[in-house]
Amino acid sequence: MKTIVGLEIHVQLSTATKLFCGCSTDYRDDEPNTHCCPVCLALPGALPRLNKRAVEYGLRVAKALDMKVLEESEFARKNYFYPDLPKAYQITQYDKPLAVEGTVEIEDDEGHEKIVRITRVHLEEDPGRLVHVAGGSKYSLVDYNRSGIPLLEIVTEPDMRSPQEARRFLNKLRTVLEYLGVFDGEREGGLRVDANISLEGSERVEVKNISSYKGVEKALTFEVTRQKNLLRRGQRVTRETRHFMEGRGITTSSRSKEEEHDYRYFPEPDLRPLRVADWVAAIDLPELPTARKNRFMTQYGISLNHARTLTGDPKLADFYEAVAHVDPVLAATWVADTLLGELNYRDMGIAAVPVERIAELLALLRSETITDTAGVQVLREMLDTCAAGKPCEPPAMIVEREGLARATGDEFTQVVEKVIAANPHAVEDYRAGKKGALNFLVGQVMKETRGRADPRELGKIVSEYIDTGGV
Amino acid sequence: MAGTLEFSPDDRYNAFITTCRQAPFSDGALAGTAVAVKDNISTKGIQTTCASKILEGYVPPYDAYVVELLRQAGAAIVGKTNMDEFGMGTTTETSAFGPTQNPADPSRVPGGSSGGSAAAVAAGLVPMALGTDTGGSIRCPAAFCGIVGLKPTYGRVSRYGLIAYANSLEQIGPMAQTVEDVSKLMSVIARYDPRDSTMIDRPYDHRPSAEIKGLRVGIPEEYFGEGVDPRVAESVRDAVGILEGLGAETVPVSIPGMRHALAAYYVICTSEASSNLARFDGVRYGPAVDTRKSWHEAYQDLRQELFGAEVRRRIMLGTFALSAGYAGKYYAKAQIARRNIREDFERAFCDADVIAGPTMPTTAFRLGERSDPISMYLSDILTAPANLAGIPAISVPCSTVDGLPVGLQIMGRQFEDERVVDAAFAYEQEVRA
Amino acid sequence: MITESDIEHIAELADIGISKDEVPEFTTQFNAILDYFEVLDTVEGESAPDAGIVNVFRDDEPRPCLSQEKTLENAGSTENGFIKAPRVM
Ligand SMILES: [Zn+2]
Repeated sequence: MKTIVGLEIHVQLSTATKLFCGCSTDYRDDEPNTHCCPVCLALPGALPRLNKRAVEYGLRVAKALDMKVLEESEFARKNYFYPDLPKAYQITQYDKPLAVEGTVEIEDDEGHEKIVRITRVHLEEDPGRLVHVAGGSKYSLVDYNRSGIPLLEIVTEPDMRSPQEARRFLNKLRTVLEYLGVFDGEREGGLRVDANISLEGSERVEVKNISSYKGVEKALTFEVTRQKNLLRRGQRVTRETRHFMEGRGITTSSRSKEEEHDYRYFPEPDLRPLRVADWVAAIDLPELPTARKNRFMTQYGISLNHARTLTGDPKLADFYEAVAHVDPVLAATWVADTLLGELNYRDMGIAAVPVERIAELLALLRSETITDTAGVQVLREMLDTCAAGKPCEPPAMIVEREGLARATGDEFTQVVEKVIAANPHAVEDYRAGKKGALNFLVGQVMKETRGRADPRELGKIVSEYIDTGGV
Repeated sequence: MAGTLEFSPDDRYNAFITTCRQAPFSDGALAGTAVAVKDNISTKGIQTTCASKILEGYVPPYDAYVVELLRQAGAAIVGKTNMDEFGMGTTTETSAFGPTQNPADPSRVPGGSSGGSAAAVAAGLVPMALGTDTGGSIRCPAAFCGIVGLKPTYGRVSRYGLIAYANSLEQIGPMAQTVEDVSKLMSVIARYDPRDSTMIDRPYDHRPSAEIKGLRVGIPEEYFGEGVDPRVAESVRDAVGILEGLGAETVPVSIPGMRHALAAYYVICTSEASSNLARFDGVRYGPAVDTRKSWHEAYQDLRQELFGAEVRRRIMLGTFALSAGYAGKYYAKAQIARRNIREDFERAFCDADVIAGPTMPTTAFRLGERSDPISMYLSDILTAPANLAGIPAISVPCSTVDGLPVGLQIMGRQFEDERVVDAAFAYEQEVRA
Repeated sequence: MITESDIEHIAELADIGISKDEVPEFTTQFNAILDYFEVLDTVEGESAPDAGIVNVFRDDEPRPCLSQEKTLENAGSTENGFIKAPRVM
């Protein structure tokens, strides 16, 4: 049974001011109702004024998604009552959006490239924020700091065939938006999704207001199971709007009269139409993820997987390019695999990592001054210092202080002799052809040298030692 | 010469909702001049109600741009004038603060919706006042009270701070005893304001001139036909005769789209109003909503209680005209009709420099006389077309019928407010001489 | 022809309360007005794009906001800097 998914994505654009007034958008951690003016509070008599940068950002996205920008575009009022919507209408775009008909390339579930068609993008304003008071109180509290934040709504065709594809699409879209510099991925609630999902031949269900892009896959997976179960039991899927309960990972019927909405759209009489199609030619797009990924593979000779990971976040890609000069392939492995893993473990961003120190670490690895194992130890120590907000020591100093330089010469021979002497049974086993015995012996040497020896090299030396009767 | 103006008027006609006993003023073109402001124009620190209970006690934290300009010009803002609730009326009877009486005959309405401003000027309480005109709300009370009122070209005066009734139609405009004072007030308020995106930067810097030799005055048959009191039509024709005497020539013109004008006007203004007035929910301002009730119930109860019947009727009409299944029949058709009328005027202005006719089809009604909505709406037939077309229109007193004032309306091309002022000035100078 | 239940539905859409005994009068008036609006059926012409000025913008430069005190000043009821509103069930 085919799964059919289409998405509506609301992205907060990273302008300095709101869409229709000069209030600053940087309200994180600020007191409620401190980023407000007559316009975004909907005081009587206030008039909207369109933020030019929001339009430019919208056009940048339109160009990046290869869309057709409409000759004439227009704002409209979407009329509905809700306590977070101060004017009781949202200024949005209706039948004349900014741009239509675009594409985003993603991988399908078999790993093949596929196209997700973009229906339209349009600009609109965010409502305020409702805070529900805990306990039995009958009222809610409103904070209008968010009221009027510019949103770009991006609507796709129902081209995705699984929750995983939807996640990949959102990852890709998010990356493109970050590359374009129009979206701050770290802003909480900066990207919100409504998802339409149906099983082929069944009614469509809309899951509203999924506030994290990771939640989309969860919500859709839940819906696929729920809808399949209904059909298996011989019941029908009802066409409805459902809400995603992030905490419980389930969707619930909203039971409201939302289906009956009659938004009474009409052109916003306080704003003038847009004629901006001819601006598009002058927009200089940055190198976008797909192009950068391909360049990484040819220029640096790295694998598709590494290139994809590294270009998945513009800041990470920049970081990689700043250290690639040491050794592009070594750098790709260390940044994409080791460093990223350690950052995720610490919930740290790449921005906190000093480029120079990582380049120095890579140089130590490249010159085989330290082993990979010791490299990881040094990296961890460096990241822990960064995370604590302290200046990061040069890796060479850590190596020196901790005595992590690769073991060589006499020290090395002594340890091997000592381990072989101490483990006669293992030596016997090895001679009897048991492969595991060698690993055991190497492990013992590693332990003695605290990772300062390279295990592959060590294997060779230990086996030679025994084979040539060094004991 | 900055100072404070003491203002304690004998407001026997109920022209004011709020008066400022101590009105500060400063230097400038209007230094020390008492100016009354219609109560749908935001005044920082002074209650602004739109004559509605739903805004009772609302004190704006900001000034409308025109008010800022008045203060800069040195004017003393002495009070906020009565009006039809949210501008929705032709008589000032729908005010939640009681009707205003017509100083020319206190048993009659002053017209509306800027009836308080007109009455305050006509009674001599202030030399000039600001009104607003959505479908005739400056010109109608000017005509009924026997004063001068100008509805400027759409986009010439900032609407920032004007509490919206029908955004695409309305303008703030000057009202005074004389054309000269109207012109003077216009030159203070017609200044570009980037906060109103529908404005065009065409400041008004003009002193009226009575020289109208060769002016082509268009006479539209539709303005003298059915529904127009023949005595009113007659006195306006006489007034046109005086313009001819001053060297103007008359040409017949036609506005065939007039037959759709009133319906188009009411569909558009109620549609926009239904959206504009949705924000009045007792949350951010106005008497508080009962937050113990469920949300729809709380809003519905508040809005039923605090909006008057005419406001509720128009909100519902507009809601209906925009609703699914009806928007094509009403809202979309009204927009086409509006464009047709605009084009009719453009055509007429090829043959004529200005167009003249009566401001109102009748003289002032008796208080309480027009109780059913339709007969009330019909009285806007001669004023609403100028709002649909966005053109300037002035009403200047021309004579009386049964002792009641009659207004001569002169309309002009877009951004030719100066020309309609000159034509009105020429007429006024001639009849007052 | 608009019925009384249409009137109740419109009132609901507009969040305008309407009492039972008002409905008949509103319905009669509505129908009279809509009769008058019928003339719009005879309007001829196509809708065309709005002529006139386009592309009116503001630069993306922050301007001072109202103080929290001013923002809350006209609100009927507030709590910890928030404005109280009826709850959505
Ligand atoms: Zn604001």
